[in-house]
Amino acid sequence: MKLTSLFTSAAMALGLATGVMAEPTKVGFVYVGPVGDGGWTYEHDKGRQAVEAEFGDDVETTFVESVAEGPDAERVMTQMVLEGADLIFTTSFGYMDQTINVAKKFPNVRFEHATGYKTADNVSVYSARFYEGRAIQGMIAGEMTKTNIIGYIGSFPIPEVVRGINSAYIHAKKVNPDVRFKIVWAYTWFDPAKEADAAKVLIEQGADVILQHTDSTAPLAAAAEAGNVIGFGQASDMAEYTDGPRVSSIIDNWGPYYIERTKAVMDGTWETVNTWDGIGAGMVGIGAMTDKIPADVQDAANALKASIASGEYHPFTGPLKKQDGSDWLAEGEVADDGTLAGMNFYVEGIEGDIPN
Amino acid sequence: MIVLEKRPQPSQAWSMATPLIAVLATMFFGGLLFLTLGKNPIEAIRTIFYDPLFGEFAFYYRPQLLVKGAPLVLIAIGLSLGFKAGIWNIGAEGQYIMGAIVGAGIGLAFYPLEAWYILPLMVIGGAFGGWIWAMIPGILKVRFGTNEILVSLMLVYVAEQLLASMSLGLLKNPEGHGFPGSRNLNDYASTNGWIDQNVGMHWGVVAALIAVIFAYILLNRHMLGFHIRLTGDAPRAAKFAGVKPARLILFTLGMSGALAGLAGLFEASGPAGQITIDFSTGYGFTAIIVAFLGRLHPVGILLAGALMALTYIGGDIAQGSLGLPAAAIQVFQGMLLFFLLAFDLLTNFRIRLASGKVA
Repeated sequence: MKLTSLFTSAAMALGLATGVMAEPTKVGFVYVGPVGDGGWTYEHDKGRQAVEAEFGDDVETTFVESVAEGPDAERVMTQMVLEGADLIFTTSFGYMDQTINVAKKFPNVRFEHATGYKTADNVSVYSARFYEGRAIQGMIAGEMTKTNIIGYIGSFPIPEVVRGINSAYIHAKKVNPDVRFKIVWAYTWFDPAKEADAAKVLIEQGADVILQHTDSTAPLAAAAEAGNVIGFGQASDMAEYTDGPRVSSIIDNWGPYYIERTKAVMDGTWETVNTWDGIGAGMVGIGAMTDKIPADVQDAANALKASIASGEYHPFTGPLKKQDGSDWLAEGEVADDGTLAGMNFYVEGIEGDIPN
Repeated sequence: MIVLEKRPQPSQAWSMATPLIAVLATMFFGGLLFLTLGKNPIEAIRTIFYDPLFGEFAFYYRPQLLVKGAPLVLIAIGLSLGFKAGIWNIGAEGQYIMGAIVGAGIGLAFYPLEAWYILPLMVIGGAFGGWIWAMIPGILKVRFGTNEILVSLMLVYVAEQLLASMSLGLLKNPEGHGFPGSRNLNDYASTNGWIDQNVGMHWGVVAALIAVIFAYILLNRHMLGFHIRLTGDAPRAAKFAGVKPARLILFTLGMSGALAGLAGLFEASGPAGQITIDFSTGYGFTAIIVAFLGRLHPVGILLAGALMALTYIGGDIAQGSLGLPAAAIQVFQGMLLFFLLAFDLLTNFRIRLASGKVA
């Protein structure tokens, strides 16, 4: 008894002296794919590692990978809470209802849900303005295509993906009025076999640029096999294809956000926020452009990137019409976030319908 | 020299013992795997098998065993009927999806009406959805002699496409900001399949237990059950005994489809709560393992379902607290089936040491 109290007071004195909390802050991450997917989950895990590197012993991170969206996710989140997590990042849209359910049960634990829209007193949401990267990607694609056919592998026809297609198309069309988009829906986020099939179909139909909104490197592998086809890294840099088809990439950079939010929990300043950051804030990065892209195109791409980053230019600036020819944005008008968040229409010029 | 000698009769004792030996062998070799990954094998095995049941947070994990095990048992019971008769329904995953779509679709069609009869109608719809999907390979086999393994498996992929289409189209939540997925069935009293969420009880758990009892009686006390067993053990004798193969095929496929459909509906109205693109998580395939692990015996399947659920829940805990990669857990689960099949050899064969000379 005496010994224990001695230890306790010693620990308290030490704690007061150094000003460090005895218990490290525990941060949990729930991943939808394997950490080795080379794309979406890989980048979230890099963010987790950045948190560890930043705070060292003051933080303890855990993760569970390949967690199915649904009841399994709810169980894994609860498991993290039971094991003492102070902050949990749930990194897939499909975890939305589960995050809200678990958060309701544990009001003292903070949750951060990626790409969703439901918030609570202890649930924040965050996402990146990937469409800003798509604008630059579209511009490069429009300049580079010789067949004037750009293939696009969509995952699911949801606003996030539709927004990316529109942004890429608008900026490809701007530099190349003859450009056409061929879109294939893979109905998966991560399935190398299906993604490769989709890429092959598009290449057979004449596409010499492949854009993808799925997470594996399989489309790049298919492009490499076909030769004379270029592509972009998606979610991650996918630098291993730099000598091959990869000419640039859109990189999700979650590290700074994860560090900031972990810090907020440590400092007791955490509040519910709705974050949607882009190139300017560093959440979206553009991977190094290779020599395959001519210097003048690189310059133009960098200029576009700079103007988006500074907020001078918005990728959805009028005049723009919807696919059916109806007016959407007047000259100089900029799309509001609400419309972008729920975007369920193509802009004028894109062929085909959004499946539903 | 070691030789295998066929037993005159399958050994009853080995048949009972192999699942146990397989589990022990899995623990041993799984432990070795974890050791090579730099983890303490004893701690890893304890985390997977012991912690969910008796650990600090067992109060939470025990109910989760029901949630995870119920669909496995329900589907595996149906599959075992066919497997016993040598009719191979590999497409339970598709029937599971179709049951969920039809059942949940009925519930959503009534929105926003609340009435006592909605959930029962959904249950009937769930069973029907799975049944009709299983009837496709059934009728094709009876009429044209197609292979039910291939047809039922291929229909899984069709069902998955239909699931995606439903989540993005017909069943999409109109208030979901354009995102995929239906309304949450847990939010409406009439479509909520939970009995008590805190103890893991939903109607699917009840249905799984009823199915176990029903299957036990059918196989042991009923003529149809006798025909099923006879067809599997001695097809020629079954013919002489007056078994009509076509009827048996349609019954077993239909039954396994209906049970898989029910499992899908209960999952959609309970734990999952909604129809989404990622609704199917492989229960239909895992149930095949469960059926064999349980020796195609109803009580065995109940135990096997609980064991599988345990490795899933314990596996996720091991990932989170010990940092084991998900792939290692999957290999571990795969070992279980591998060792089961390997040791199964001893049911029908015995190992004999023979003198090395061969004539």
